[in-house]
Amino acid sequence: MNQVHDDVLLNVSDLKMYFPVTRGLLRRKVADVKAVDGVSFKLKKDETLGLVGESGCGKTTIGRCVLGLYRPTAGKVLFQEKDIAALPEKKLRDIRRSMALIFQDPYSSLDPRQSAGSIVGEPLKIHHMVFNKGEYREKVEQLFRIVGLDPGMSDRFPHEFSGGQRQRIGVARALACDPALIVCDEPISALDVSIQAQIINLLEELQDSVKGLSYLFIAHDLSVVRHISDRVAVMYLGHIMEICKSRVLYENPLHPYTRALLSAVPIADPFVEETRERIILKGEVPSPMNPPPGCAFHPRCFMAIPECSQAVPPLRTITEGHEVACIRV
Amino acid sequence: MPELLRVNDLKTQFKTESGVVRAVDGVSYYIDEKEIVGLVGESGCGKSVSQLSVMQLISAPGKITGGEVLFQGQNLLSYKANGPEMRNVRGARIAMIFQEPMTSLNPVLTIGQQLTEMLVLHLKMNDEAARKRAVELMTMVGISGAEKRIDDYPHHFSGGMRQRVMIAMGLSCNPKILIADEPTTALDVTTQAQLLEMMKDMVQHFAASLVIVTHNLGVVARYAQRIYIMYAGRIVESGTTKDIFGHPRHPYTIGLLKCIPRLDEEEGTKLVPIVGLPPNLINMPPTCAFLPRCSYKIDKCFKEPWPDLNPVDTNHFIRCYADTREKKQ
Repeated sequence: MNQVHDDVLLNVSDLKMYFPVTRGLLRRKVADVKAVDGVSFKLKKDETLGLVGESGCGKTTIGRCVLGLYRPTAGKVLFQEKDIAALPEKKLRDIRRSMALIFQDPYSSLDPRQSAGSIVGEPLKIHHMVFNKGEYREKVEQLFRIVGLDPGMSDRFPHEFSGGQRQRIGVARALACDPALIVCDEPISALDVSIQAQIINLLEELQDSVKGLSYLFIAHDLSVVRHISDRVAVMYLGHIMEICKSRVLYENPLHPYTRALLSAVPIADPFVEETRERIILKGEVPSPMNPPPGCAFHPRCFMAIPECSQAVPPLRTITEGHEVACIRV
Repeated sequence: MPELLRVNDLKTQFKTESGVVRAVDGVSYYIDEKEIVGLVGESGCGKSVSQLSVMQLISAPGKITGGEVLFQGQNLLSYKANGPEMRNVRGARIAMIFQEPMTSLNPVLTIGQQLTEMLVLHLKMNDEAARKRAVELMTMVGISGAEKRIDDYPHHFSGGMRQRVMIAMGLSCNPKILIADEPTTALDVTTQAQLLEMMKDMVQHFAASLVIVTHNLGVVARYAQRIYIMYAGRIVESGTTKDIFGHPRHPYTIGLLKCIPRLDEEEGTKLVPIVGLPPNLINMPPTCAFLPRCSYKIDKCFKEPWPDLNPVDTNHFIRCYADTREKKQ
């Protein structure tokens, strides 16, 4: 095996996911929603990659393609060197043991009629990870402790827990099969401000203690994504616009969309706010059904030139690990 | 600037099966003319209910049980909630924008019908003049092609556009105060920035005051001149934006600022979550509601009831016994 690729857990190349739009009685296809349109990135072991962007940018779709929940229209999703996009359904199940998903809404992502213990333990049964009842109980108790819940509460039902505790149950369920990858899809945006930090810290502590755990962290909140991620990919209308280390993202953003997005996020410090660049974009995100030609961002871009509407700009490496899809940079 | 609104000891309760919820429990604040004030707190802290009470929009099982709302020399609470005096204030002199632009517009009426209703009712305009004014207002809030779009229905508009309509509606009768309850929470980041910037310009243009009700500390840091921090139905800290962020003194404010990730933070910054959960507002003890979560608590906190807002500086007040100036974890 090639030594260089040894630490790459997930390698997504030129991923495309189109959803057909049908009309009429015969369900004729009239158009495609290009939710993800040619996205490539790598995720290393022990790494957290943040996917950030506004609604409709395709970040959730990528997460679902990675988990094999969608069959991509084109492209490859290599997870532990196997192409998820091409595997038959039966084989997928084995692979899914090594990946897990944490959902946005801790209120609707837990079965209200299932006890917390059985929610957390269900993956163990499905994937035959335990062989007897004692082992099962022990493992569930251990998972409860890892996420900071009292194992004595495992007989309770989801409605008896607070939002933060419910999300802890979601995290415990995700951890059940010792996954190598957890896709976190807006895991904290439904929680209260003072509770969000608890879940962020829990996810960080888990990554420190579990060896070889990678996160694909999907969120719209740039400050949260930057806090938890090693690298961040900024998405817009199905394309990655910029991908770089989190530190570089704030210090040296290059893509005009990244700059606008950063400037739109207020910092809780009036002294800093006074000195910040303020870019107010015109208009709104266009529909992914009818994306503009060329660079998807050019109609709203403050740096656009006529050439921007000619062709989709590819991601170019500017410095080591910093790629930008813009011809003006 | 002269004072425009003063709320004294406002109390609003909800009678439920499990007991009386004291959603707003003795809130006092003021708003000066042409001022932008932030009201910050987590869900359930009473920030929205306090504003709805000012507008007398509380319906059963809720009830305003005490206090006064002095607006231009009149106590609004002495008016009947559905009486003509209150109706003359509501919408015309104090207007409110709600969080969900999706649900706060009537889906079966055109935007024009909804916008002109207030102009005809409060300003006694005829239909033609009202329509002309509505188009003007829509253009002012940045809706292009307003002449055509005025006959569209709410579902033709995107979330951001609907909120623009709401803002136009709120400002249509030149109110003295515009209350914006989580105005941009449901919207995308760049749209949020557009709208907040536009709202700031608009209240300036109309010489109105703006109350931003939000859980987002960044938003108030960027726009507000003064801030009130609410917790469990009471204001726990108030002061100028620079005081609150520069020298936060209440343990809850200090905790909030430490538990949100900042866009400009140093790499490796750890968040410090606030332990525990916000309290249940039924059967609250007389002692400080933040006590179980507080890391600054002293003996006095357990013995004495929750203190009043006490000055720690000119125009800077906290509801706390402990000396939080010393750093303590």
